[in-house]
Amino acid sequence: MTDSLVLALVVPLAGALLVTALPAHAARIGLFSVMLNTLNIALLTLGVWQHDELQLALGDWAPPLGIGFVADGLSAAMLAMTALVSLAISVYAGDYFRDPARARHFWPLWLLLLTSLNGLFLAADLFNLYVNLELLGLSAAALGALGGQRTALEANLRYLLVGLLGSMTYLLGVALIYSGFSTLDFAQLAAQLARGDAAASGLLGATALGLMVMGLALKAALFPLHFWLPPAHGSAPAPVSAALSALVVKAAFYLILRLWLEVFAPLTTQGAANLLGLLGAGAVLWGSWQALRAERLKLLAAYSTVAQLGYLFLFFPILQGLPAGETRSNLFAAVTLMALAHGFAKSGLFLAAGFVQQQAGHDRIAELGTTLQQLPATTLTLALAGTALIGLPPSGSFVAKWLLLGGAMANGQWWWVLVLLAGTLLAVAYVFRLMTRAFGLEPTPRHFFTQARAEGPALLLAAMATGVLGVATAPLWHLLGTSGGLG
Amino acid sequence: MDAELLYASAGFILFVLGIWSLLLHRLLIRKLIALNIMGSGVFHLLIATAEHHGEPADPVPHALVLTGIVVAVSATALALSFGRALRGDGDD
Repeated sequence: MTDSLVLALVVPLAGALLVTALPAHAARIGLFSVMLNTLNIALLTLGVWQHDELQLALGDWAPPLGIGFVADGLSAAMLAMTALVSLAISVYAGDYFRDPARARHFWPLWLLLLTSLNGLFLAADLFNLYVNLELLGLSAAALGALGGQRTALEANLRYLLVGLLGSMTYLLGVALIYSGFSTLDFAQLAAQLARGDAAASGLLGATALGLMVMGLALKAALFPLHFWLPPAHGSAPAPVSAALSALVVKAAFYLILRLWLEVFAPLTTQGAANLLGLLGAGAVLWGSWQALRAERLKLLAAYSTVAQLGYLFLFFPILQGLPAGETRSNLFAAVTLMALAHGFAKSGLFLAAGFVQQQAGHDRIAELGTTLQQLPATTLTLALAGTALIGLPPSGSFVAKWLLLGGAMANGQWWWVLVLLAGTLLAVAYVFRLMTRAFGLEPTPRHFFTQARAEGPALLLAAMATGVLGVATAPLWHLLGTSGGLG
Repeated sequence: MDAELLYASAGFILFVLGIWSLLLHRLLIRKLIALNIMGSGVFHLLIATAEHHGEPADPVPHALVLTGIVVAVSATALALSFGRALRGDGDD
């Protein structure tokens, strides 16, 4: 079973090398590697399902000398989402990048991005995470600029520089940790921190955690550090925007979650968690407001990403205040569910938006009416993804928001509920502003799908966010090691 | 102890100076130099932690710094090629 941990890195990396060596067959080899990766991740998830946790010491070198890889429920859930979303994006991309010259550049970078995402979710070592973060940032910025227009180049150069600033800040934190604890392995760090070795290392650890979280928050586009996201995600080619919004920012969030709640849990305080929650609240309100005012569909989607990431940070102050127990583990499962639901919904939305842009030749929302009415499948995709973004039942985000609401009330932190309500209301407004364009007096189109290979993956992703995740939450709860499950 | 502290503080000052010029300067090349100075600051700090008073130095930070340098070189190369693509468009 632990073989699948190695294969999670080897399969996409070997694919990336192969498509570089054989550019003439890039699309076929690329899609095949992504399929293999999905299969392998399915095996890995099955392993975690049975054994709760899979561990691997490469070459039998135990930490701290070797670099540990660990897959637990949270990693498996993120990996599974990444595998499914990347499979859908790859099918779509085969159609989108039909020009061989562009395909030749897309596939190697895309497979490298997948490698670094898999590595990130499996790494149990702070420095290994840094290397994967940099690989992720470099391949993401290069992918975003594939279009080659001046605006895309400028936006992604800024994204690259901001990413580098973030990872340097993170690296400074890592250096401080090593100077204080002489290890970078998660389990050993957590054990040392739990013993509370010295008061000085407590202060040092807190400073280091602060630096690491700051660097990662820059990469996760937490308000007010989100300024780089909308232009970069709005100007990238559609399959890349989908990957950036659904997966890449989610990876930075996953790291904050893991460091904050698991490795450095003894060092965190309610005040610091409140600050994260406050920034999250700012993101929800500002992102939703900007999404409401956006004139282009892809910018709407990008600002909505800022807002949805904000919700994820609202969970921190409430989780911090809860004692270990069923309410807390339910809430932990809820924040995971929220991240997964957003991953599926937003990738579906961006893929659909890309198709609309191709068909209409632009993505100005005010002039999209005719195009939307001619594309029933894509319109349905936009509606389903919108349902998940708003958090209406039966979407996964509805269950997550419901649990967040319950947690906030149980904790006496009712003020977060106001943010939740305002954000949801704004989301209704920006989704409906788009959907109203789809109804008019045009003649009814004869075909559901105009181009199945482009519209199908997007529709499946959106259906996953709204249909499957909201109804079948029990498997996720089991994977995360929590009893019960709500549906 | 003193040399170690001096080295670590110098690293920290380099890091802060790097951030400062990264945020201050408009030109890409200056921003990149600033980022590399930030990186050097962190590497200084890491090397300072390798000191083991009389005993042989800890090899792990050296390995980390080597990896860090490789990453910094590739990042700088990518950013420079972005800059070239932007210049190639004509006006700068």
